[in-house]
Parts: sequence; structure tokens; C-alpha cells
Amino acid sequence: MDLSTIDPAILLASLMVASTPILLAAIGELVVEKSGVLNLGVEGMMITGAICGFAVAVETGSPLLGFVAAAAGGAVLSMTFGVLTQFFLSNQVATGLALTLFGLGLSALMGQGYVGIKPPGLGDVNLGPLADIPFLGTVLFRHDFMIYVSLALVAGVWAFLKYSRAGLILRAVGESHDAAHALGYKVVLVRLAAIAFGGACAGLGGAYLSLIRVPQWTEGMTAGAGWIALAIVVFASWRAWGVLIGAYLFGGVAVLQLNLQAAGAHIPVEYLSMSPYLVTILVLVIMSSGRGRAALNAPASLGRSFHASS
Amino acid sequence: MKRRTLLSGGGAAAATMALSRPGLAQQDKVKVGFIYVGPIGDGGYTYEHNQGRLAVIEHFGDKVETVYQESVPEGADAERAITQMALGGADIIFTTSFGFMDPTINVAKKFPNVKFEHCTGYKRADNVATYAARFYEGRAPCGHIAGKMTKSNKIGYIGAFPIPEVIRGINSAFVHAQRANPDVEFNIIWAYTWFDPAKEADAAQALIEQGCDVIFQHTDSTAPHAAAAKAGDVIAFGQASDMAEYKPSPRVTSIIDVWSPYYIERVQAVMDGTWTSTDTWGGYGAGMVELGEITGPVPDDVKAEALAIRDRIAEGEHAFVGPINKQDGSPWLAEGETPEDGDLLTMDFYVEGIKGDIPS
Amino acid sequence: MIRLEKRPQPSRGWSYVTPVLAVLVTMVAGGALFAVLGKDPVLAIRTIFYDPLFGEFAWYFRGQLLVKAGPLILIAIGLSLGFRAGIWNIGAEGQYIIGAICGAAVGLALYPMEARWLVFPLMILAGVLGGLGWAMIPAILKTRFNTNEILVSLLLVYVAEQILASMALGLLRNPEGSGFPGSRNLSQYEAAANHELIAGTGMHWGVVAAFIAVIFAYVLLNRHMLGFQIRLTGQSPRAARFAGVRPNRLVLFCLGTAGALAGLAGMFEVSGPSGQITIDFNSGYGFTAIIVAFLGRLHPVGILLAGLLLALTYIGGEAAQSNLGLPAAAIQAFQGMLLFFLLAVDMLTNYRIRIGKSEVA
Repeated sequence: MDLSTIDPAILLASLMVASTPILLAAIGELVVEKSGVLNLGVEGMMITGAICGFAVAVETGSPLLGFVAAAAGGAVLSMTFGVLTQFFLSNQVATGLALTLFGLGLSALMGQGYVGIKPPGLGDVNLGPLADIPFLGTVLFRHDFMIYVSLALVAGVWAFLKYSRAGLILRAVGESHDAAHALGYKVVLVRLAAIAFGGACAGLGGAYLSLIRVPQWTEGMTAGAGWIALAIVVFASWRAWGVLIGAYLFGGVAVLQLNLQAAGAHIPVEYLSMSPYLVTILVLVIMSSGRGRAALNAPASLGRSFHASS
Repeated sequence: MKRRTLLSGGGAAAATMALSRPGLAQQDKVKVGFIYVGPIGDGGYTYEHNQGRLAVIEHFGDKVETVYQESVPEGADAERAITQMALGGADIIFTTSFGFMDPTINVAKKFPNVKFEHCTGYKRADNVATYAARFYEGRAPCGHIAGKMTKSNKIGYIGAFPIPEVIRGINSAFVHAQRANPDVEFNIIWAYTWFDPAKEADAAQALIEQGCDVIFQHTDSTAPHAAAAKAGDVIAFGQASDMAEYKPSPRVTSIIDVWSPYYIERVQAVMDGTWTSTDTWGGYGAGMVELGEITGPVPDDVKAEALAIRDRIAEGEHAFVGPINKQDGSPWLAEGETPEDGDLLTMDFYVEGIKGDIPS
Repeated sequence: MIRLEKRPQPSRGWSYVTPVLAVLVTMVAGGALFAVLGKDPVLAIRTIFYDPLFGEFAWYFRGQLLVKAGPLILIAIGLSLGFRAGIWNIGAEGQYIIGAICGAAVGLALYPMEARWLVFPLMILAGVLGGLGWAMIPAILKTRFNTNEILVSLLLVYVAEQILASMALGLLRNPEGSGFPGSRNLSQYEAAANHELIAGTGMHWGVVAAFIAVIFAYVLLNRHMLGFQIRLTGQSPRAARFAGVRPNRLVLFCLGTAGALAGLAGMFEVSGPSGQITIDFNSGYGFTAIIVAFLGRLHPVGILLAGLLLALTYIGGEAAQSNLGLPAAAIQAFQGMLLFFLLAVDMLTNYRIRIGKSEVA
């Protein structure tokens, strides 16, 4: 075994690529959950975004249009969930799972004509001299456009929740919808907007898979990434930067274990394959035991239906 | 009362299963069923089986009717899907994944007049035949190309699960790569999945970062090709399907599963009434495995050598010819010796020169 | 203006009518979907909903309905207890896998012992303990370290899948299987086999267990102190604490029961309908059961009916695939639609639709 063959700079760069689909989906779900809605349909929205983005990118030749379509597709699908849970007051857990089932089926139907096609590529952003900085250049400045978008989204969501008035309203709705309603905020509208944003982000994450990371279209290609995104939001204790850390930790261990295998490390493969899940659990245990009960950051109204009784 | 209805239902079940068949033979159309493990849109393994089904329709036209069910899980669901096809009047049913072995045998017992064909298994019965392709023969010319083309002498291999079929492929590729270039090394990653495009992409990426400039895969998606294309200067081989969208490079050739001749032959046998339970394991010679067009940076002499290897195997030469030792140095095949099929079917060791352990 | 008004009590009448209504609406919408795909909508709907129950081969499919619904109901009953108390176990799939592995391991270890009275009960015990043990990981992490059970139970599903693959390839591999993955077939080992109790009915021990679980849950929730505590904790955790509920014990109980039942379902599946441990032994029962639990409104009888309905769409959907050439994806989308409608019309049970201006309260 020769672990020196693993170049940390390249490893870090590829962990960013590997983590981005989960990161995009998770940051969207974070906003949804902050508004007090639990949408377990991330997987369904991701895969729908993956095919919408793929189809549009192939038809127009523009990956950027593809990403726009993916966000739109994810958002439209999420509105099914939005209408059901906000107007029909259906159970959020069950509706989310149904959304996943529906999304998987719908995407496969939509994608029947797109198997075995290579999508147009999206080049790396040219950051000029920055890319030539030793180490940092490789890690940070030689990526495609969407990686920077995902980082910007994390920063944006963080600032939105922390500093903006709209973010404050969103959090208020998530903490106590009755109080927010009493203060005159439109609970249902705020939640619908959050759900649409979550759908759009999940769609972007799916399209990142089908257009950049893999890139191809096949049925069921998200292979559970949406579920991991859900877990990452919990891992992050509903904090924006925590989502970034969680996604990069999970993606990092996943990439590292493959690199260890490639380098011929003498660790049983079964353990290596389990390691991303186990490490994530372990880190969460350490974090949650260190903090008190108060630090558990879950929105108080999470998963509860809101009905304005007055 | 309920119990009685249930009981009589059960009795009727047995009676119908045993007796309802003869009527079907009088129908003019032969009904052919296919049970697939993945979606027909997977672009790889199931896709090629479905191409075989389409070839059957094209060949026989109005004389056949085909039915299929895709994405069938193994176990109880498979047994029901097969039973349903048999009840629906299928005359011959192809079950196209190893995991359908026991369900196929179970259903076959209940429908003695229906023919069953199970892919890649080893259990047979009077009305159950088995068939598989010698994919490892396909790895031989690819191994040769890999050995000739690598500059780093490091070849990456993404395996799905450590099962005999995958291990056989690794050994075949390695033996031929090493003959072409004694310095080659194989870096093997076990993905522990047949299909997870993102993970396959990451695995290919990890291998490329380790300096591998040739990537083999025994998983289903084209993701490793995309990773190779992005890295540049890395070549790869199409798996199960031609993966022609990555022509001329990084995909330099491919191992294509071709099921159509076998399916047509077996359906014909049902029509003629000559069907018997057989065990078919065909490779280049039988046309069940094809070498895709050799493209891209492969020089003409290497191309000619690879084609010659394929032709020799098609004419009867074995893909494994001794002397070959096992990984621990103990002899496996003596000079000029070739292995028995039984040995190959249960292969659970690496040949000499491959580093690392097979997970168990 | 259309308004919703919460009913003081969920309407009994509507709770019977709404599922029927939802199925009817789904038939119309699904029929439209199938028509778009170029299939005869009436025939497709008939194939899915009618044929498995009353068609030519109904004698076979009715039994299969039980085979498919059994594990769903068994797992969903366990999950419903936790969901009522606000304890989120999303990892039943993992508990199902580990239960199957443990049950099978005991059976295989005792092979070829013939004492069924010993082997089969031990396997059941092992299945229960396996599922229970796997569920205790999130339970204990939650009670000791306050770790979120959604994340732990979900991620443990993936760990369980890795263990399953490694067992099928290694420790539990059939020594007579010439190196192929997968264990010995337990349904062919008399002492360990979970056969149909009456041939052709689909009724095996797992289905029996599911029915018992329904009754057990019904009694627990309606007649027992613990059931009251569960319901109270779900409605108001603070009130529950004042009423003397010890939340940690409730977490252990709910997760433990769910795990034990999921493990039991896995064990009955591996020794009966499925027969062996293979790399892909699990086929999503643990996740589908979450839908079943909520579709049945977390009520034992509701879960029973929801499990049967979902099983019907699976079996009818398969028939529609192979008889009509509908893609599997269309069936999946159709099931998604059915769930949407079922969930949407549920509103009528809990709310009244009022048209006109709201009255001043």
C-alpha cells in the first residue's frame, strides 16, 4: 500500500464535486424544514430535476438552460406536495414519500427517449491566475460553474435566515405557525415559497448528477442521494454552514474510501463501504452529546399541518 | 366458510396449473416471456436483453407474441412475476438474472409444460435450461489493448461484487494485459453495487488520480467513461453495451452482450417442438459476445493483434492457457493446459501478479 | 369563498367514503395517464384493481395479496406506535434486513438438524432480536446522547445493506452453491421453512403474525395505559411529562417494538416467500411500510386495509406490465397518484368545506 499516491489537493477537489448534488438538495431542504415543513420527497424531486435538466440541455445544447429547467422542474413537482400539504392539509411524511414514488416513475417515463445520449459539457470557470496558486488553485479554483453556485447558495441561505426580515418571518413560521399567523404573516404562502425553493434546489442537485458528475441519463440514477440529503439537514442541526460541513464530510469519506481502495489499503472493503454512513453517525453523536438540549435546533412546528382556525 | 372457499381455491389452483396447459399448444402464436432485473432503459445489461427480445419479434413477426416485466426484485416478487407469465399463457420464459434462479425452479415445478430459460445460473430441470455468455472472453482482447496502451503501467478495474463472474473477468483481462506488457499492475475497486452512476464516477476518478490510464468496469453505467473523458489521455471499454456515445475515445472498444441469436434459436426450438433442457455457455464463437469497433488512439498493429486474439478464441482457443499460477504462487494451469468450465464457474482466486485480496 | 372548518371530531362517515372516493378519482386520472401512453384505460384499470381479486387467476393472486401485504402490515404496525408518539423511525428497512440475516443465520447454523420445534422458534427469536437490536442503536443514541433518530435509523439502512451483501458473499454463502453468492434456500430446509399453512392461500406465519400484530396494537392503543401514554406524547409532549410519562422509556419501547416487528417480517420473508439471503434480498418493504402506516392513519385496522390496498396495486400493476406492456415507471407514477389522492381526500374527514363568508365565532 502506498498512501502517498493520494494527492490531498486532488482529493479535496474531487470531494467537492462528489458532494455538490447532496449539498444542493440539502440546502434547499433546510429552507423547507426551517419553514416548518418536512418534505421527504427530495429523491423524487432530484430525479425529476435530473431528467428535466438533461432533456433541455440535450435539446437546446445549453447546459445552463438545462439547469434552469431542472430548477423549474423540481419546483413544479414540489408544488404537488405544496398543494397537498398546505391546502389539503395532508400528512407531510406520507405525501413526501408519495412524491418520491411519483417522481421516480414520472422521470423514467419522461426519460425514455434520452438513454445513451451524451449531454453537452459545461466547462470549468476560468479564474485566470487564481487557478495557478499551488494547492489552493487545484482545490478551489478549477471547478465548474455549479460548484460556485452551490457555495453561493449556502452563503445566501445563511445570510437570508440570519439577517433578512423575510428570513426572520420564515423562521417564525417554522417555530410557531399559530403565532406567526396571529402576527398577520401568510403562513401558507411562506411555506409554499419555501417548498418551491427546496424543489428547485433538489432539481439543481439532480441535474448536477445527470449533466456534470455522471453525466448521462438512466432511470433511478440518483440512487438514494435524496435520502442522504435529508440526513445531512438533520446532521447540520438545521444550520446552513452545517449543511456544507455535513455534505462535504459525507462526500469526503465516500471519495476517500474509494481512493483508499484504489491505493490498495489493507482495510476490508465492507468496512470501507460502510464508512461514510458510520462516520456521519459518529460525528453527529459526538456533536449532539457535547451540546445541551437547547442546542437542538429543530423548528418547533416541523411536520405539523397548519390550519388557520380564526 | 371462508376456509372452505380458500381450500377449494387451492385445489383449483393445483388442478389448473397441471391441466390448463395443453390448450395453449394449439394456439398459432408462441408466447415468449422475459423477466428483467433492471429497467429496459438502463443502457446496459437489461437493455441488451431487451434488444434480444426485439430481435425475436423482428425475426418471427406474427408468429410470436412477447411479454416482459422490468425491474423485478429477486425473491417472492420474481416468483410471482414468473408465475403470472406462465398463467398468462407464455410458452417459454427467459429469466435474465442470477437472482431469479430459485424462483424459476420453483415455478417450473408447477408448470411442467412451460419451458424456462434461466440466465447465468446452475440449476436445471427437465423444463429449465440455463444459458450465459462467456464475458471473460471479451476481456481478453481488451486486456491486450490495455497492456499495450498503458503508459503508467497502472490499470484500474471497477468491480461490482466479488463473485466468480467478476473475478473471472479480472483474471482474463490481467492475463492478457500481462502478456502484452509484463509490468502492468491492476488497481481494483469494489463498488458493492451494480448500478450507482455517481459512485462509479467517483471510483473511476479515484483510479485516475492513482495514475491509472486505462479503466475497466464491471458495473453498468457509462459514468466511468465520462470520468475518463474528462481526465483526457485515459481509455476505457464499453461494458455489456457498446457505449458508442463515447467513441472514438475514451471508449476504444467494448464487450457487447448479444442475446438475439440464442433467443431466436430457442424460440424456434419451441415452435418446432425440439426444445430440450440444455446448458449453454457461449462466447465469441457462438456470437453471444461481440468485440465492439476498435477506435481512437489504438494503433493499427495493436488493433490487429486484438482482433487476432478475438478470432483465435472464436475458433476455439481458450482465453486461459497455462502456464498460469494462482496469486499465492501455487500452480493453477500447467504449460498449455486450459481450465475446466467447472473451475471457471466457481473461480474465487486471483491469478499470480494481481495485488490485493478478494473481499470475503 | 371556500373555507375549511375543522370538525370537532373526525367524521366517521367521511372516513369510510374518502378512500373509495380517492380510488375512483385515481382510476380516472390513472386511466388518462394510460390513455396518453397509448393503452386501453379501462382494460388497464380492470387489470390492476379487478383481475387480481375476481379475474381468471384470482385464486392465485388473492393468496399473493397476503404474501405481499403481510410484511407491509407487520412493519407498519410497529412504525405506527412510534409515529403516534412523535418518534421517527425511518430505518425499518435496515431492521428488516438485520432480522432476516439473524433469523437465517440461526437456521443455517443448525442445518441440517431436523427438529422443527426447536429450529423454527429459535429462528423467530433471532429475527426478533436482530431487528430489535438494530433499532436499539438509534434508540440508545437518542436517549443517551440526544442524537436524532431520523438520521441514525436512516443511515443504518445503508450499513445494513452492506452487511447483507457481505453476508451473501461470505459467511452465509451456500457451501454447496459453487462459489455463487446467496445462502442455502431455507424454504427447502424443512425444519426452517416458513411454508404456506394451507397450500395456495398465501397464508404463512408472517401473515398470521401481521394479523396478531394488528389486534395487539388495537388493544394496546385503546385499552392499555401505555397506549394512552403514546397517544398523549404525540399530542402534547409537555402534558405527557406532567402525566408521568418517561420519554426515554417510550423511545426505547416504540423503536424496540418497531424493530422487533420489522425483524420478524424479515425473518418470515427470508424463510418463506423469498427463501434465501441474497445481495438484493430487501426490496423496499421498510420504506413502503411508512406510507402504509400513514395511509392507514396510524390506526391498526386502517393499516391492515392500507397494506392490502397497496399490495393490490403492486400485484395488479405487475399484471398490467406483463399483460399490457405498460412500463414499470407508469405503474410507479400511478401508485404515486393513488397516494396523493388518498392523502388529499383525507381532508374531508377532518374538515368541513364551507362556502360563503366565515361566521363570527
